[in-house]
This record gives sequence, C-alpha cells and structure tokens, in this order.
Amino acid sequence: MKHIIDILDLSVSEIDALISTAQDIIAQPKEYAELCRGLKLATLFFEPSTRTRLSFEAAMYELGGNVLSVTGAATSSASKGESVADTAKVVSCYADIIAIRHPKEGAALVAAQNASIPVINAGDGGHCHPTQTLADLCTIYREKGRLSDLTVGFCGDLKFGRTVHSLINALSRYSGVSFVLISPEELKLPSYVKDGVLKPNGITYRQTTDLEAALPGLDLLYMTRVQRERFFNEEDYLRLKDSYILTPDKLRLAGPDMCVLHPLPRVNEISVAVDNDPRACYFKQVLNGKYMRMALMLMLLKDAGRIG
Amino acid sequence: MNIDSIQDGIVIDHITAGQGMKLYRLLGLDELDVSIALIKNVVSRKLGRKDIIKIDADIPVNIDIIGFVDPGATVNFIRHGELVEKRSIAMPETLTNVIRCKNPRCITSSEQELAQVFKLTDRVNKVYRCAYCETKWTG
Repeated sequence: MKHIIDILDLSVSEIDALISTAQDIIAQPKEYAELCRGLKLATLFFEPSTRTRLSFEAAMYELGGNVLSVTGAATSSASKGESVADTAKVVSCYADIIAIRHPKEGAALVAAQNASIPVINAGDGGHCHPTQTLADLCTIYREKGRLSDLTVGFCGDLKFGRTVHSLINALSRYSGVSFVLISPEELKLPSYVKDGVLKPNGITYRQTTDLEAALPGLDLLYMTRVQRERFFNEEDYLRLKDSYILTPDKLRLAGPDMCVLHPLPRVNEISVAVDNDPRACYFKQVLNGKYMRMALMLMLLKDAGRIG
Repeated sequence: MNIDSIQDGIVIDHITAGQGMKLYRLLGLDELDVSIALIKNVVSRKLGRKDIIKIDADIPVNIDIIGFVDPGATVNFIRHGELVEKRSIAMPETLTNVIRCKNPRCITSSEQELAQVFKLTDRVNKVYRCAYCETKWTG
C-alpha cells in the first residue's frame, strides 16, 4: 500500500498525473463530487494548523466523503500516553485514509508502518510537508505552464524551511531548472541539501544575500517566513526575522511574468501591498493545495482498492 | 606479547588501531562471561598498527556492527583450532538498535519502544541517517 511521507515517495510521472487530475477537478468539479461517497478521512493533527487541516477536510468533503478529526494532543489519547503506532492501528479501524500532522520528526513514517490504510504526512515537525510541495508544484505549473527550464529564487529561511528543501528536491528532477538561494549567512541552505540533491543532479545554483540584485533574473520567487519555533535562541530569531521584506518598490525590479509564492502563514516578509499585484500567487497556492490533496487522496484510495 | 590460539570462536582482525575498544563495547563483549582478548596497537605490515579481538567461544556476533565501526576489518571463524571461514566486511545498508538518534525532535526521542534504525545514505563519506527524521549520525 502506498503512503506519502516525503515528496520523493512520488515519481515525476505520478506528480505529473496528480497535476493533470487537479486541473481536471478544477475544470469539471461535479465529475468528482461523489467519488468518495461513504469513505472517511481521519485528520490527526497533534500540532496547531489551520490551512492544512481545513484544506484536507474541504478536499474530502468536495469528493463526497466524510471526515473524522482529532485536533491537538491535549484532547486526544496521546495525552494518555498512547503511541503514534497504536493510534494509527486504532484509526485504521474507523477510517479509509489518514492525514497526520505531528510535532515529532518521523511520526508520519511510524504511522504508515502501523496503519492498514494509506497515510499522508501533513507535516512532521521541521522534517517534511509533501502536500505543501504538491500545492507549490501545481501553482508553478498553472502559472508558468511548465516545471522545467525555470530560474527559481528561494528567499528567507533556507536553513530550517522544510518547504524549501522539499520543493528543491522535487524541482531538481526536472530539466533546465536553476536556483538562486537568497538568505542571511546564518540561514543558508544546509550543505546536506547542496551535496545530496543539487550537486548529484547537476543543478546550477548560486547563493546571495542580495534580494534586489537577484530579482530581475527570476521566473519565480519563493518567499519564506523565518520561523520562531525553529530557533532555540530568541535573540537569533529577533535579529534575523526581518532580513527580507518584499515590497511593491522591490517588486518593480522583477520581470512582468515573475510569480511570487509563499507557503503561508506570512508574518511581514511580504508587504500586504503586494497582494494586489498580479504576480502574487500565494493565495492561488492555497486553492491549488486543496485540488492537489483531492487528487492525491483519489490516487491513494484507488491504489488501496477503496474506490474503483 | 603472546596470546594463546583459540579453539572455537572468532578473531576480528585488521581493526583500525584505536577502534578496538569501541567495537568491543558496541558488540557487547564486556557483558559476556567468556575468554576475550582485545589486543591494541599490534604491528601490521598492511596497516602499520592494528587492533585485534579474539573471542574464545562460539557465539553469534553482529557483523553489521563491525561493518559500521570498521569496514576494513576481517572476521575469521575458528573451529577445532582451524580457520574455517574468513569474511570481509562491508558497511551495512541498515543498522538497527546499534546507535541512537540524538535529535530531540525525532519521534524516537519520545516513543522509546521504537527500534533505532539508521540507513546508509553516502557510502563514500560513510554517512548514516536516522530512518525517521533523517538526522545525520555524527558519533
């Protein structure tokens, strides 16, 4: 049975098929409205989340299915000391598919090893968040018409940003992609991503601290938030949190077709005044995320023999 | 220095000098009630210096641990005083319950019953990563 723990659990052809399904759902939603009738998604969210949980739940409702929901460790059996493994076994008796978010890295893998239904990682600490990457890829495809031959700028926290690592992993499998890595020295992309992903795939990249100088050459700009929860030291967070703020003035330096993406939530790294610029695609990303989660659940439920 | 030959048991040879004690501990040899010799800094034509471990008992030894600590080592199996098998060692693809993940954010830090599983991700640089959180083992 297939589970999605990491974006690399999906092949390039599977990702292309998911984007194709998402596009079809957008074009003819009624054709998909009953496909999951009688099926249940269990959303096990042991960590705060608004968008991801609602996106999964909206996705299942739009496929005609139902949702069983656990929100927060305090109100679940985890507060009594139940392990992730036992929770996965128990929930497998009630639901047809699981989406799990957990603060501990590797928790989704443990759930997958013990569940008898498909498991989707909806974020395991700072480790992986594959469905965010699916939302990013779908948005890039819909805005640019391709996933190859792109110059992609990543800006902000490239050290702890799981969405950045995941999207770099995914895009590195397409031809003609190059990266401009824009960050403060302290938040540069870790060497294990450069040595383990970029170099083996022959990907061209350059590192810079200068956002303005990088903007004119980009097809896409992927902004990220400096995440307070990833720092052990508050002083470091306060010093780095406002390193880059995208404003309409800076955006004038970018090309007319450049897309601005952001996994959200934003704090202040993108000025609200940018929202009305046609290049701002981060709210489209949210919507595309729901369609990709619909496509992914359909794929996994078909693979598990739960729908025809 | 003379150490008697063993009759039935195992000789772990060509251990990189200085790695013998680490191997001794990881193999749990300190917990066994059998005759064991750990010989350090033996002169070696091949290595210059090497460590050797002789176990005078027919006990199971976790070859994966030897491959993890020192893939250049060799394992000789002795029966009735004769060498019956000489085995070269390779780095194992997976290590289970040999080393522990030190990442406080890893699921293994809070769910103690989980097996500690590491996977070899870079054979050239001998990099093992936790199977759950992918944190690199740094010793």
